[in-house]
Amino acid sequence: MSEPQTALQGATAQGFVTVSEDGLHGMISLRGDLNDPKLKAAVAKLTGAEVPAAGRISWKGDRGVAWMSPDELLVIGPYSSAGKDALVLSKALKGVHHLVANVSDARAVFRIEGAGFREVLAKLTPADVSMDAFGIGQIRRSRFAQVAGACWMLEEGSARVVCFRSVAGYIFGLLEHAARSGSEVGYF
Amino acid sequence: MLLLECPYCGVAADETELAAGGEAHLKRETVGSLDAEFEEYLFMRENPRGVHFERWRHAYGCGKWFLAARDTMTLEVFGTYPAQSKKPPKAIENLIKKKRPDWKGWA
Ligand SMILES: [Zn+2]
Repeated sequence: MSEPQTALQGATAQGFVTVSEDGLHGMISLRGDLNDPKLKAAVAKLTGAEVPAAGRISWKGDRGVAWMSPDELLVIGPYSSAGKDALVLSKALKGVHHLVANVSDARAVFRIEGAGFREVLAKLTPADVSMDAFGIGQIRRSRFAQVAGACWMLEEGSARVVCFRSVAGYIFGLLEHAARSGSEVGYF
Repeated sequence: MLLLECPYCGVAADETELAAGGEAHLKRETVGSLDAEFEEYLFMRENPRGVHFERWRHAYGCGKWFLAARDTMTLEVFGTYPAQSKKPPKAIENLIKKKRPDWKGWA
């Protein structure tokens, strides 16, 4: 059996912040009525995290739930159990109008670590990533240069960027370039 | 640069995160409509110089359609509201009336 690999095999780049490809994530796309008690309970039971409010991401241990749209969540967890977790969700939501899809292999995740992480994001996305608009517990879907992506923040001084696996190389190139030493803007 | 607040995400979305969907509040003609009514529905648009109501989609965000009231000349945005609205919210209408006293109404 072949071993699952990340798109860029953990590529890293050191500039005024560190950009590195994160490991594999389990990612399950869940669509349905986010106010449905059964859906809320199923998500809470699987992840231990609450269904987040609009624009937010909740996290507990190695699992999280991100708000993607008024009827869509991204359920994040260990890569190895994503297939099983998707089945658990499906079963728990039997009889409730919903959609569950394991999209783990369609994604790539990057870590942007260091004091200047907002600078790197702001060079690439039109989203407001200032402290007032983008803080801990928030996720923002937007675009990075020419492709769709999202960024979230779970701790001070770093952010994650998630994109489609097919554009992982493009995104890494953007991030690495935007993070090059000497290219600090000093805006934030 | 045009910034519209997505009523679902609650964030200021840049024009480049959005997909434009043309004029809002069109009446969709259907079976039994006259040819002239179909022509009006398919091809005729207000295209005003001033207050305008438009459909936009938060394409790079939540993916949802919403509606916006803005001035096509100054790019001033009066407000955004959910796509499930048959007409602009009263508050937006009042705001436009206040700012553009010569505005003839949305319909
Ligand atoms: Zn939105």
